[in-house]
Amino acid sequence: MGKLFAVILTIIALVSAVPIVMHTWWMPQDISTHGHAIDEQMSETMAEAGFSFLAAQLLLAFFVWKFSNRKDDGKIRTFPGGAKALVAAAFILVGTEMLALGVLGQKAWASVYFTAPAANALQVQAQAGQFAFYFRYPGADGKFGALHPDKIDEGNQNYFGLDPENEVEARDDIVTGELAIPVNREVNLMMHAKDVGHSFYVRELRIQQDFVPGLDLAVHFTATKVGRYEIVCTQLCGLGHYNMKAYLSVMSQEDFDKWMKQKASEQ
Amino acid sequence: MRSKHVFMAGVAVLAASAMAIAAPSGGTISGRVTYTGTPAKQKPIDMSKEPSCAKQYTTPPVSETVVTGEGNSLHNVVVYISAGAPDGASAPVQTVTFAQKGCRYIPHVAVLQVNQELKVVNDDQTSHNIHPLAKLNREWNKSQPPGSPAITEKFEKEEFIPVKCNIHPWMHGTFAVLKTTHYAVTADNGGFTLPNLPPGKYTITAWHESYGTQTQDVTITGSETKSVDFVFKAKAY
Repeated sequence: MGKLFAVILTIIALVSAVPIVMHTWWMPQDISTHGHAIDEQMSETMAEAGFSFLAAQLLLAFFVWKFSNRKDDGKIRTFPGGAKALVAAAFILVGTEMLALGVLGQKAWASVYFTAPAANALQVQAQAGQFAFYFRYPGADGKFGALHPDKIDEGNQNYFGLDPENEVEARDDIVTGELAIPVNREVNLMMHAKDVGHSFYVRELRIQQDFVPGLDLAVHFTATKVGRYEIVCTQLCGLGHYNMKAYLSVMSQEDFDKWMKQKASEQ
Repeated sequence: MRSKHVFMAGVAVLAASAMAIAAPSGGTISGRVTYTGTPAKQKPIDMSKEPSCAKQYTTPPVSETVVTGEGNSLHNVVVYISAGAPDGASAPVQTVTFAQKGCRYIPHVAVLQVNQELKVVNDDQTSHNIHPLAKLNREWNKSQPPGSPAITEKFEKEEFIPVKCNIHPWMHGTFAVLKTTHYAVTADNGGFTLPNLPPGKYTITAWHESYGTQTQDVTITGSETKSVDFVFKAKAY
């Protein structure tokens, strides 16, 4: 019976490792300049965790196989040096592993969060509210109009609470339900939550950043592949959370200029 | 003898009802609602997050806070008698249907009488959450998944209630709950008619969701038709 358990344990461990080693359910394509660092970090973490997992399972199976079905009352052996040494060894081993992952991962993290966006980055504001994303471009004057929460009028599609009547900067602001950006140009996305916490997640961009009401957060990134990608909210935000999404359109500069012109005419 | 009495009574009833239908007593107030100036531009609605709605339109629909027509006519204005006429004695038996279709409200402005039954239906392949932002009446919001039965509700007090969908931010409409039975909502050419008014002094109110209200006093004598026009000042922003 014990030997059968050891065999089953070995099979489960090996079979569950196959889809990970074979990349059966791997990450979607990466369309950002920083994404490779995230992917490398993810692969390192998976490799290390996977190796530890397999080692632990196979070792367990080995011991079960070797010491099962013994007729004699075998003496229970202790770890050389006793329990204290065992705990200390595990602490150092696991601690080193965690520290190593952290130090290596810092590279990927810092490349996104600890660097400033380029001066010529495209400035876009993202607003998350129950249950839709809206985006705002500064328009021809390059300036955003101020936000007045009391002016928010969704029936009139004034989602941001602009005051074009009194503020010139707000008049040419372009508000859209879709995030369109030119390919290979850095974008600085300024994030603003209208009501509760939300999250901006684009798998292909390798970006997931929470919106926090009252905090001005920003992420910057450069998309490298033209296409249409889904933006989803990944922070449970209420009844319509499942329905909260928008699209990211990465366009050639030429298409982007056309799109911008079209949107400007609709304002 | 007995049959003759019954016959006479029958004739009297018939005559009375014929008079009520054929010869409405009193006068009529009619007119047009127009605007001056430039109304705010109605922006196209981006429904891409709801593909089942977006695909129903070849060109995206625009918001409906100001709907205009030919001859500077202003649509979706509720014109009603706010003073002078007795309130409706009892709630009408007909039901008012308010549909959610293509992620829009149809009609955009629904007039209800106090305690009249409202039926909210969802014709879409997506869930809606209808939320009348009532101040005087009881506020409620109800989810309505596709294929679910109609929601029936009523409102007890006179009020203009903004309605929104808690799932689709662009969906906005109004429930105009009125005490009076004399009302009209402007459409095609901005025209309205309020018939069957007994002689008296009336206050006519015209309400528009973006431009507010205007009132005019009108006196009706006999069975005349009085013309009353409303002109709203449009704002570009």
